[in-house]
Amino acid sequence: MRSTLIAAAALVGVGALGVWQFSPAFGADEPSIKHLDWSFYGPFGTFDRAALQRGFQVVNEVCSNCHSFKQLHYRDLEKIGLSEAQVAALAAQTEVTDGPNDQGEMFKRPGKPSDPFKAPFPNEEAARAANNGALPPDLSLIIKAREGGPNYVYSILTGFVKAPAGFHLSAGMNYNAAFPGHQIAMPQPLQNDSVTYTDGTKASLDQEAHDVVTFLTWVANPELDERHRLGVKVLIFLVILTGLLYMVKRKVWRDVH
Amino acid sequence: MSETAKHPVVKWIDQRLPIFSLLEHEMREYPTPKNLNYWWNFGSLAGFMLILMIVTGIILAMQYQPNALLAFDSVERIMRDVNYGWLLRYLHMNGASFFFIVVYIHIFRGLYYGSYKRPRELLWWLGIVILLLMMATAFMGYVLPWGQMSFWGATVITNLFSAFPVVGQAIVHWLWGGFAVDNPTLNRFFSLHYLLPFVLLGVVFLHVWALHTSKSNNPLGIDIKGPQDTIPFHPYYTVKDYFGLGVFLIVYLGFVFFAPNFFGEPDNYILANPLQTPPHIVPEWYFLPFYAILRSIPDKLTGVLTMFASILILFVLPWLDFSPVRSARFRPVFKKVFWLIVIDVFVLGWVGANPPEGSFIVIGRLATAYYFLHWLVLLPLIALFERPNPLPASIGESVLGGGAAAAAAKPMEKA
Repeated sequence: MRSTLIAAAALVGVGALGVWQFSPAFGADEPSIKHLDWSFYGPFGTFDRAALQRGFQVVNEVCSNCHSFKQLHYRDLEKIGLSEAQVAALAAQTEVTDGPNDQGEMFKRPGKPSDPFKAPFPNEEAARAANNGALPPDLSLIIKAREGGPNYVYSILTGFVKAPAGFHLSAGMNYNAAFPGHQIAMPQPLQNDSVTYTDGTKASLDQEAHDVVTFLTWVANPELDERHRLGVKVLIFLVILTGLLYMVKRKVWRDVH
Repeated sequence: MSETAKHPVVKWIDQRLPIFSLLEHEMREYPTPKNLNYWWNFGSLAGFMLILMIVTGIILAMQYQPNALLAFDSVERIMRDVNYGWLLRYLHMNGASFFFIVVYIHIFRGLYYGSYKRPRELLWWLGIVILLLMMATAFMGYVLPWGQMSFWGATVITNLFSAFPVVGQAIVHWLWGGFAVDNPTLNRFFSLHYLLPFVLLGVVFLHVWALHTSKSNNPLGIDIKGPQDTIPFHPYYTVKDYFGLGVFLIVYLGFVFFAPNFFGEPDNYILANPLQTPPHIVPEWYFLPFYAILRSIPDKLTGVLTMFASILILFVLPWLDFSPVRSARFRPVFKKVFWLIVIDVFVLGWVGANPPEGSFIVIGRLATAYYFLHWLVLLPLIALFERPNPLPASIGESVLGGGAAAAAAKPMEKA
């Protein structure tokens, strides 16, 4: 019976895996996805602080010119190691419309740490108008909202290559090896040296993409470090408790067997 | 009423409302067959999951906003700014999947050991009602985060009712509270998602009441003949259930902490957009076999009716399988087709997860046909023609050793 139990568990696992893996087919030409060994993978995985801060620098200087981060507030950045003063200074660079004041008028003020991260466009229509009709998606949850997560986004960022001969590219579109259908409205966002890293790291395209994806994974899962730490403790506790329960069970049942 | 009634306060209460006596009888003395194996752990695990879902759900509802403009962001607010909100939400989200895993195993255990047969027909029916309530609750709960799959799943499933002639469209509009899935739909789904678990709790109470009336079935499927066949529920099965709970929690919390989105769809982290249909709409995994049955029939109304029939058919199971022998252990042919129907359900789930094209259509239709063939044709035929192996005289005899059946039963208890 034990083996049947294991077989049943395996079947459930395989079934779940089936659901997970069978994503829609995008024609014969499969997107090419690169697989990296991320620091936040695995039960003991944590975010690389330096990569998070570099990733934020890229996001702040490049990505956020077109993409919004609706779920991110300036105050959240203290969790990746920015000081309170740095966060306040960063927030103050933006201008926020607030109000109404006691005269009933809206007014402008510098941003505060409690404000949401600046959005590049006031609404979807403005975003589309500025981007050739395409809408740059909000990036707060992009890692969770795409099959493949970090590897997928990394592959998109590093997947801008020359279209193969004979590939018909529509007007205003760009070729991307990882994007389903290979036609993406976003032009290549990152090149070598798109930013000058404040910590002196060489800003290669791969490095930038790696850092941005690390940051985006954090924005999507800000609880990940805490979740992994707590999870390890909880599971160690449960394994010991269950072992003890098993021994108690054996003892209680001894006279029945 | 013996040990516990000594305290004067307990005694005072118990004389006026015998609640302590009731607990004593039903949770301590309750005579349980001494040969239950670990497959019998899943009933109490299901009860545990129901309570856990209610507790986490109530706390989540304190922070969640059932409004189409706010729902998605309020879930993210819970994940980010509420203390341990991420834990509550991941417990609840994965809890739904594990609740179904536990209940499906519980159901297949009942099928294998013939727990649906006389005198437990009503117990079995209440179980099916529980399954149906769980499905309705889970479906409506999945709509609440108001992501793309929430919205489009709700659209597809509620639209099923439009298949009914004449009144179909009216039913759908009534369910929606408008002419599309929108804020009124979300509001009523939230209201019902909060209500139904308590209805579930009531039906679970009846389920346990019926169980304690006809007593637990057991791996041998034979009746309890006397006190030598049973042991008190406490401490024997309480400690065994605790151990089972420990093992279960390791697996469940393993997913909660280390792969919380394993059972989810990435599309549900995109805000619902009525103008953009996702390329591939799939329900949650626990609905996939039924989704496959629905899609295997080209005609919409027949498909919907077939899907409902696939569950409702379980109500007449005690009469379709009229063999007097309960446990598959003594039914060589039944045992084989049991594993075939298990495989069939997994095949249906796999087909349901894939787009309805190419060979999936053929496989889905064959698996659907086999599903109904199993209940409607194979089970009555097997009940008619199968020659069951001889049954042991009693549970006690079999457990204490002696016969051939005891030799077969022994390793199971130690599993």
